Amino acid sequence: MTLVTEIDYGTPASKSEKTVTLTIDGVEVTVPEGTSIMRAAMEVGTKIPKLCATDSVEAFGSCRLCLVEIEGRAGTPASCTTPAMNGLVVHTQNSRLKQLRRGVMELYISDHPLDCLTCAANGDCELQDMAGAVGLRDVRYGYDGANHVFAKSKDGAANDAWMPKDETNPYFTYDPSKCIVCNRCVRACEEVQGTFALTIAGRGFESRVSPGMSEDFLDSECVSCGACVQACPTATLSEKSLIDIGQPEHSVVTTCAYCGVGCAFKAEMRGEEVVRMVPYKDGKANRGHSCVKGRFAWGYATHKERILKPMVRDKITDPWRETTWEEAIGRVVSEFKRIQYQFGREAVGGITSSRCTNEETFLVQKLIRAGFGVNNVDTCARVCHSPTGYGLRTAFGTSAGTQDFDSVEDSDVMLVIGANPTDAHPVFASRMKKRLRAGAKLIVVDPRRIDLVRSAHIEASHHLPLLPGTNVAVLTAMAHVIVTEGLVNEKFVRERCELDDFQEWAAFVSEERNSPEAVAKFTGVDPAELRAAARLYATGGNAAIYYGLGVTEHSQGSTTVMAIANLAMVTGNLGRRGVGVNPLRGQNNVQGACDMGSFPHELSGYRHISDDTTRTMFEEFWGAKLNPEPGLRIPNMLDAAVEGTFKGIYIQGEDILQSDPDTRHVSAGLAAMECVVVQDLFLNETANYAHVFLPGSTFLEKDGTFTNAERRIQLVRKVMTPLNGYADWEITQLLAHGFGLDWKYAHPSEIMDEIAALTPTFKNVSFKKIEEMGSVQWPCNDANPEGSPIMHATTFARGKGKFMLTEYVPTDERTGPRFPLLLTTGRILSQYNVGAQTRRTDNVMWHEEDRLEIHPHDAEQRGIKEGDWVRIQSRAGETALRALITDRVAPGVVYTTFHHPMTQANVITTDFSDWATNCPEYKVTAVQVGLSNGPTQYQEDYEAFAQASRRIAAVEAAE
Amino acid sequence: MQQHDKLVMMANQIAKFFEAQGEVRAVPQIAKHIQDFWDPRMRRGILEHVASGGAGLDPLALAAIRKLHPAPQVSAHQA
Ligand code: SF4
Ligand code: SF4
Ligand code: SF4
Ligand code: FES
Repeated sequence: MTLVTEIDYGTPASKSEKTVTLTIDGVEVTVPEGTSIMRAAMEVGTKIPKLCATDSVEAFGSCRLCLVEIEGRAGTPASCTTPAMNGLVVHTQNSRLKQLRRGVMELYISDHPLDCLTCAANGDCELQDMAGAVGLRDVRYGYDGANHVFAKSKDGAANDAWMPKDETNPYFTYDPSKCIVCNRCVRACEEVQGTFALTIAGRGFESRVSPGMSEDFLDSECVSCGACVQACPTATLSEKSLIDIGQPEHSVVTTCAYCGVGCAFKAEMRGEEVVRMVPYKDGKANRGHSCVKGRFAWGYATHKERILKPMVRDKITDPWRETTWEEAIGRVVSEFKRIQYQFGREAVGGITSSRCTNEETFLVQKLIRAGFGVNNVDTCARVCHSPTGYGLRTAFGTSAGTQDFDSVEDSDVMLVIGANPTDAHPVFASRMKKRLRAGAKLIVVDPRRIDLVRSAHIEASHHLPLLPGTNVAVLTAMAHVIVTEGLVNEKFVRERCELDDFQEWAAFVSEERNSPEAVAKFTGVDPAELRAAARLYATGGNAAIYYGLGVTEHSQGSTTVMAIANLAMVTGNLGRRGVGVNPLRGQNNVQGACDMGSFPHELSGYRHISDDTTRTMFEEFWGAKLNPEPGLRIPNMLDAAVEGTFKGIYIQGEDILQSDPDTRHVSAGLAAMECVVVQDLFLNETANYAHVFLPGSTFLEKDGTFTNAERRIQLVRKVMTPLNGYADWEITQLLAHGFGLDWKYAHPSEIMDEIAALTPTFKNVSFKKIEEMGSVQWPCNDANPEGSPIMHATTFARGKGKFMLTEYVPTDERTGPRFPLLLTTGRILSQYNVGAQTRRTDNVMWHEEDRLEIHPHDAEQRGIKEGDWVRIQSRAGETALRALITDRVAPGVVYTTFHHPMTQANVITTDFSDWATNCPEYKVTAVQVGLSNGPTQYQEDYEAFAQASRRIAAVEAAE
Repeated sequence: MQQHDKLVMMANQIAKFFEAQGEVRAVPQIAKHIQDFWDPRMRRGILEHVASGGAGLDPLALAAIRKLHPAPQVSAHQA
């Protein structure tokens, strides 16, 4: 195996369709207009020496190493800043250029330490390479003069120009003595990441890279995305893991296992040890960028708390006992069989994981349907995006977003609803910000002033800070403005949509009670702003909607998704680049888990289980009879457990006790079961109620595929042997054998072949195909053999688009005198979901605890000061955490994240849910907040219970 | 019992969504939604509730539940 090397073209690609032809060193080359000479040369394999240029950022022209000669022009222009033009004749090497370059290098090296042998970048340093490339043989200046290299001069005097290393960031170091001030890091932070955390402080010889106002990296605005580290040509910015281990010797392209952006990475390895993760330029979701989680937070894979041996216990009050795979699997099989005999076949079920691969998810639902003989299978998408599936399917006929991420480059207006991309989908947020800085307009609909509303060089045109729970009213009011002000795209509606439905809908939204003025009373949104936002969305050019869990996790989640679809249809913003309806998915494989038939009522490809043709096809393929009735969804399983008709559950890679609402109800359900099987990396919260623990494997230890939020199927590749012994799909296969199923999968690609054979939208998908294309977006079938970046181009999947009436129904969760505030929940950048992984990495340095955000006005009324412990109570329960006073939230609204189990945020959330899908209403809970003096009794009791439940019995000494 | 309360709440929520389309169109859609997404024991639960008076049910939900196919009985010892 070797390192996957990527070509650095020096400057970004030009998008122009016009081409120009020039001659470089006697070779004719044709490139798009606007391409630099440097890039044009690289296209034909000529590497012009360079230091300050790299193709992830715009050219800067500061190092003067890339000089060339152009016939008929005076001087030696920099090839990185000089555009290629028709007829140019360029020379990249002659004695004059050689002289000049050596001179430049000599100056650089005279202010650079010569400790190459012991430098972390040794073998991967562009300064070193360039010294070699220009034939530098000697440095005439000596090292005694002014320099940044030595802390002290020879006579022992302190060197003011020298700066110590900054090692505050847990993942990378900054060593100013090695900096050549090429500015690549500063530009990467601005152009690629969009954070603007770095500047060059000082001028001339004094100039140095500086985070913020001469702060430490950790205290600066830096979000630790690592773009600067990747851009740095020297060892100045280096990963600590690289410093610790050394240069990698091979690399493997794989996919991030954290969020729905689905960034492609090169896992750079030494043997089976990961040296670093480097985002892959050819990754079509991330285009060479990443966030702190994917690039740096993979240490959990080898964390000491990871469980590597199967464990069993009879009662949840017993300590765990380590055992063999045979015994653990045998226990699950005998217990499930007993339960089914005693309580009926329907008394068992399982949950598939949005963190596992498509293949693993498919196998779990297959095991449940064909092995257990029930349809009681669900997935954690239930608690996040199930309304997306239902809503988009009703409107368009497919349960997925309509665009690829690249599409954002052509958007003129972005409408962001209930999503916080800079925290939850950071890499996509960087791409949005890039487009916004280039002039696209932004509308934000969110109760909270999310970062995007106002950030470096970005200001939303409109922020509609609605009260939680009123999405439908606000979106319907936007439709009211569009229809009553004559902004309907009539051509699109006439050609592409069901007209009767449209007319009925138009009449409905036009009713006075749906006007911005009428709804303002309960949405809290200024009608004039709302009208202006609606006009901008309808008339501002290509308009795209991006939305997140702030849309779906409501009692009217599905209705809101339909309201979003209505807006896109009525303005014709569908079926081409720059527009569309785009759900931003939470976990890495939420889309895939839904596609793979994880829902109790449908088989892969969203086909209802009662459909005889589909079911028969599966029955024949699987050689098993399937139940035609829909099974239980997660909340229903828990209800049934409390009621006593549901007794056994197999949970792969989910932590429902922490992630699902109304913790007490979840724990009551789990406690009522007789066999809870948890398959995970760590003893998660759900495992406190488990009887069998099957140790899972990480994404580094398996092959498979993930499907990201743009329907893009990408390969996950194994880079190390599973520490627990098996990849998750192998564990499911072992279980299947116990249930008498004769599975013989030797590799996940065989599972994908089965998925393709059974699922029309996956018909042409195979590992081979993905390998060839890098990734593929479903539908991928005979009609779209190369996949489908943008859907519904000429007709909708269901034929004509369907407008649905979206009546606003206030949630039952209303505020009143007892619970006067509305709590809404969210997530932050450095942590991931329930935090089981990120809490086991240095990411905790950015988020040690969950805090309650409260408006200064509400805080003052209650005598709450910054950092005080506050008690937060709802009708479901109470918990305590520390306050953060901020006007990001409106008066009357409080906000928290849910990354730490101690917070027990879901003790407060209620069991209200979306009407169509039972997706829980996390985003609105009526609460009261008051001062307290620390954690609640419940939190302390729970902590004690969790401690006790995690005990593992000491293994008896071998005889 | 408490379980029935929850089913009633869910059925009412579904009914509320379709209500805007008027009774004639709403009732069959509500029935189909329940048929498609509720497992048999939940459908049995709501049918039992209706048989014992159907307290608390929205009239549209009630009309829709009356149209449900009977849910198959599942008993122990058949696995
Ligand atoms: S890590 Fe990212 S945010 Fe931090 S300075 Fe580097 S590029 Fe900027
Ligand atoms: S830190 Fe690296 S990228 Fe930034 S200016 Fe210095 S050498 Fe260039
Ligand atoms: S967490 Fe998301 S944005 Fe960050 S690297 Fe992974 S896939 Fe990309
Ligand atoms: S690479 Fe062109 S001036 Fe530095």
